[in-house]
Amino acid sequence: MSSAGTTPLLRVTNLKVAYPIRSSLLQRKIGENVAVDDVTFDINPGETVGLVGESGSGKSTVARAVIGLVKSDGGRIEFEGNDITRHSPRQLKPVRREMQMVFQDPYASLNPRLTVRDLIAEAWRVHSDVVPRDRWTAEVKELMERVGLNPDYSDRYPHQFSGGQRQRIGIARALALRPKLIICDEPVSALDVSVQAQVLNLLDDLQDDLGLAYLFISHDLSVVEHLCDRVLVLHHGVVAEEGSAREVFDHPRDDYTRALLAAVPVARPWLEPSS
Amino acid sequence: MTTTQTGPLNPSTSMSGAPLLSVQDLTVEFSTAAGVARALDGVSFEVSAGETLAILGESGSGKSTTAQAIMALLPKPAGAITGGKILYAGRDLAAEPASKVREVCGTEIAMIFQDPLSSLNPVFRVGAQVAEPFRRRRGMGRRDAWARALDLLKRVGIPDAETRINDYPHQFSGGQRQRIMIAMALALDPKVLIADEPTTALDVTVQKQVMNLLADLQAETGMAMVLISHDLGVVAEVAKRAAIMYAGRIVETGPIRDMYDHPAHPYTSGLLDSIPSQSSVGGRLKPIVGSPPNLLNLPSGCAFNPRCPFAIDRCRELAPTLRTPEGWSEGHQAACHLSEEMLAHV
Repeated sequence: MSSAGTTPLLRVTNLKVAYPIRSSLLQRKIGENVAVDDVTFDINPGETVGLVGESGSGKSTVARAVIGLVKSDGGRIEFEGNDITRHSPRQLKPVRREMQMVFQDPYASLNPRLTVRDLIAEAWRVHSDVVPRDRWTAEVKELMERVGLNPDYSDRYPHQFSGGQRQRIGIARALALRPKLIICDEPVSALDVSVQAQVLNLLDDLQDDLGLAYLFISHDLSVVEHLCDRVLVLHHGVVAEEGSAREVFDHPRDDYTRALLAAVPVARPWLEPSS
Repeated sequence: MTTTQTGPLNPSTSMSGAPLLSVQDLTVEFSTAAGVARALDGVSFEVSAGETLAILGESGSGKSTTAQAIMALLPKPAGAITGGKILYAGRDLAAEPASKVREVCGTEIAMIFQDPLSSLNPVFRVGAQVAEPFRRRRGMGRRDAWARALDLLKRVGIPDAETRINDYPHQFSGGQRQRIMIAMALALDPKVLIADEPTTALDVTVQKQVMNLLADLQAETGMAMVLISHDLGVVAEVAKRAAIMYAGRIVETGPIRDMYDHPAHPYTSGLLDSIPSQSSVGGRLKPIVGSPPNLLNLPSGCAFNPRCPFAIDRCRELAPTLRTPEGWSEGHQAACHLSEEMLAHV
């Protein structure tokens, strides 16, 4: 490991991801659909970087490439100074521990046949050196408390929880391996407004306590503005604008960013200077 | 009742702003294996021609059930209207059989749904689907109906409609599909349009376009609109009045501006505080604690009391009813024992 003070936690340089278009008969590659092109950004320890854009802009593809769920077709992905772009699954295993993901749909992302205890402990089966087996129960309870769930419910199944609670289970799962970076792909989009605020506050607290860095993907600009230090605006797979959240939201330079911001619904339009 | 495209003042129904659709004390119950859930409990509201009413609430609050009850789309046999009236054009739709209600609903009360892809038939050309109401309800010939469908697609802003009319639903983007749904809903010049989360599945820029389209079409046709949403921001620009639902009841209703600026129910103010805004940046949000109640096991008294920061003993014993105390703006009602204190605080 190199000196942690200067190297970013995650460095993505000129990332390109293209999905092949194949012929219908022989499945030969006849073209490609470039989902993400020339995307460059850093995430420092403890920092929150927001990735915004409309559907199809490539924001989820960036996340999937970073965590290794899709192969990149160009560029470099470095984690703590190590180039992981061409790592094999075996080589990726230790890196994956440091990088976890929270998904959008808490109804689809949890195995309905596992109890909360098994769901949270699942990762420890793969990474067996993180928590010794006799500590599992205690550690599960600790994690549940940490994310605001009643630890007495560790034997319950996902269907016995509300959407907000399920998302807390998803966050507890992500925390189980004590990662340094959590990729949140639309973590609050499926939740009701009142519950959404609880989960956003939880993410905020966890960052303060554990020094986590977040790559936060959302189509909801008000959520990103609330939470993020820096923001990348993606448009058709390329970065339209990048900067501190303050700069981007208060003084957008790019036309697309301006159009996006103008479309955000506000609760009290009569207070806006324009109307 | 004529079916022409007249202005907002259709003499038979809406003289001097009399309500076009009036829901009174509507109660809907679902029988489940675990017991009877009262999804709607004494819900009352009305809309006049040319007016937009927003119905707001979280999942499970009963906002979609309200739409289903009006359109006779409640899942059978589990759900049934067990009380109250749905008055439209001198008839009580709640008392009529589903087949009769659907006759009215196909022509005079139309609905658009949240997910346009699952509401369109994937194996038929879009033109045939938009033309269907003309053929089925108006008995038009294929050629005439197709021409009317083309007009509609142009009206809702489908570019290059002459060619696109031959395409299938999957060839359109999400926003365009919702425009097609709107075209189908407007085909027979409905008097009332019920839109259930019309933009929830869409990107923000497209969302804005669709909301603007709905507002333009309303101005053009003078139809009444019931806009159902979970998003307090989306409706604020379009609707003048809103009703906020919680656990099957309307907890606050009134002119949207009065409600947002001076919420008289702690749930309304809690929702407004939960929305991230300029003032919350870098700080913490103020969420409502807990989660919405289970309809099978509602708390005694006010259903919101376990989550309410102001709850007193009376809130746990007695369920409050909607009321307008002195000094409030006209039509602003809230179901809270402590509304006076709430208003004094803000």
